[in-house]
Amino acid sequence: MLEVVLFYIASAVALLATILAMTRANAIHALIYLIISLLAVAVIFFLIGAPFAAALEIVIYAGAIMVLFVFVIMMLNLGERGDARERQWLQPKIWFGPAILSAVLLAEIVYLMGTVQGPATVGIVTPKAVGLALFGPYVVAVELAAMLLLAGLVGSYHLGRRALERRH
Amino acid sequence: MVEWTPVLLALGILLGGVAGAAILTWWERRLLGFWQDRHGPNRIGPWGIGLVVADMIKLLLKDDWVPPFADRAVFIFAPTAIVVSMMMGFAVVPFAPDMQIVDLNIGLLFFLGMTSLAVYSVLLGGLASNNKYALLGGLRSASQMVSYEVFMGLSLMGVVMMSGSFSLVDIVAAQSDVWFCFSQVLGLLVFVVAGIAESHRLPFDLPEAEHELTAGFHTEYGGMKFAMFMLGEYLGLMLISCMIVTLFFGGWMGPDLLNEWLPPIIWFAIKIFFVINFFILLRAAIPRPRYDQLMSLGWKIMLPITLFNLVVTGGVLLWIEETV
Repeated sequence: MLEVVLFYIASAVALLATILAMTRANAIHALIYLIISLLAVAVIFFLIGAPFAAALEIVIYAGAIMVLFVFVIMMLNLGERGDARERQWLQPKIWFGPAILSAVLLAEIVYLMGTVQGPATVGIVTPKAVGLALFGPYVVAVELAAMLLLAGLVGSYHLGRRALERRH
Repeated sequence: MVEWTPVLLALGILLGGVAGAAILTWWERRLLGFWQDRHGPNRIGPWGIGLVVADMIKLLLKDDWVPPFADRAVFIFAPTAIVVSMMMGFAVVPFAPDMQIVDLNIGLLFFLGMTSLAVYSVLLGGLASNNKYALLGGLRSASQMVSYEVFMGLSLMGVVMMSGSFSLVDIVAAQSDVWFCFSQVLGLLVFVVAGIAESHRLPFDLPEAEHELTAGFHTEYGGMKFAMFMLGEYLGLMLISCMIVTLFFGGWMGPDLLNEWLPPIIWFAIKIFFVINFFILLRAAIPRPRYDQLMSLGWKIMLPITLFNLVVTGGVLLWIEETV
C-alpha cells in the first residue's frame, strides 16, 4: 500500500515537473524542472524493483547529460533576450496542434493500459541480472552502441580540431 | 550501547556531519599553520578551537543578501543542493557491522549518483550569480567534475570486479583477507585524485581559484548561504574519505592482529582521521595546477591508467578462475 502511495506521489512530481519544464521561458528554470522530473522517474524505477535502472537514471541522465545541457546554456548565456524569444515561441497557435496529436496518443495508451492484464512488477532486477543480460543475449546491441559512441567521439574530435586549426 | 536504528543513525549523521565540518574548518587551518610554519588560529579558547564558535556567530549574524541582478530562486536553491546530496551519500556508508542506514545492492552507484548531483550546486550557483567570475568558476567546475566523474566511476570498477558486488557491505566483507589498497593500487590512486577534483578542494579548487577568479562560483554569496557551500565542501571531503576507507582500506575492519583491540566504529574513525589529514597535507604540499593542465592530467594520464587497471584486473581474475 505504501509503495502505491509513493508511486503516485513520484508520478505526480514527474508529471508536474515535466509540464513546468515545457512552459518555463527561462532555460535554466526549465532544465532544473527537467532534472527533478528525471529524479522522480528514478524514484519510480526504484519502487518497481529496478534499482540499477534508477541508479543509471541519476548517474547518466541527471548527473551527466543534464550537466552538459546546463554547461551549454552557461556558454551561450542568453539572459533576458533568450527568455523573450522563448516566450514568443510559447504562443497557443504553436503548441496547440502537437498537443492535440499527443492527446490522441495519450488516450490510446490509457485505453490499452486498461485492457492489458499483467503483473505490475516482475520482481527485483539486480545489477548482476542486468549485466548478464547485456553481455549475454544483447551483446550485439551493446557493441553497436559502443560503435555509435565511438563515431560520435571521432566526429566531435574532428570538428573541434578544425576549429583549433582555423584559430592558429 | 544504543541500538542504531536507521532514523537514529540518520540524525547522528546529520549532527555529526555538521559538527564534523565545523571542527574540520578549525583543524584544517591549525594543521596548515603547523605545516606552513606559522601560528594558525590560536587566540580563542585552547589551541584556538573557539574560532569555530566565533566563525559560526559571524556567519549567522551576517546580512542574508541576494544581489538584485541575480536569479533569485536559483541563487537560493543552489547552496542547498550540495548539502542535501552529500548528506544523502552517507546513507550507504557502513560505519560498523550493523551501523548503516540502508544496504542497497547498488550502494556504490548510489554514492556516484549523489556526488554527480552535487555538481549542480556549483554550476547553478555560478550561473545564478550573474557575475563573470562566478560564471567562469561554474563553467570550470562543470567540465572538471564531469570529466573526473568518468575516472571516478571507472576506477571503482576494479573493486567491484574483485568483490563481485555494488553493495558496500559485500565490498567490506570481500576485504577480510587483503585490503583492496594492495591489489587495487592504481584504482586507489585514480580514486583519490578524482575524489579531490570532485569535492573541488585544493589543489584542484579551480572553480574558486582566488587569485584569478576572486572566489569563483561563490563570489556573490555571503552569510549562511556561503556557509552552506563550505559545509557541502567539508561533507564532500568526509564522504570521499569514508568511501576511500570503505572501498580500499577494509572499512570498519582493523588490521588482522589488532582487530579485536578496538570496536569497529573506532577503527573506522581512526582510518577516516588519517585520510582527512592526508587530504589536508596534500593541500599544504601541492600548488594548484593550471586549468588546462588539470584537464589533460585527467584525460591523458588518469583515463589510460584506469583502463589499464580494468583490463589487468579482469585478466588476472579470469586467470585465477581458470587455474583454480
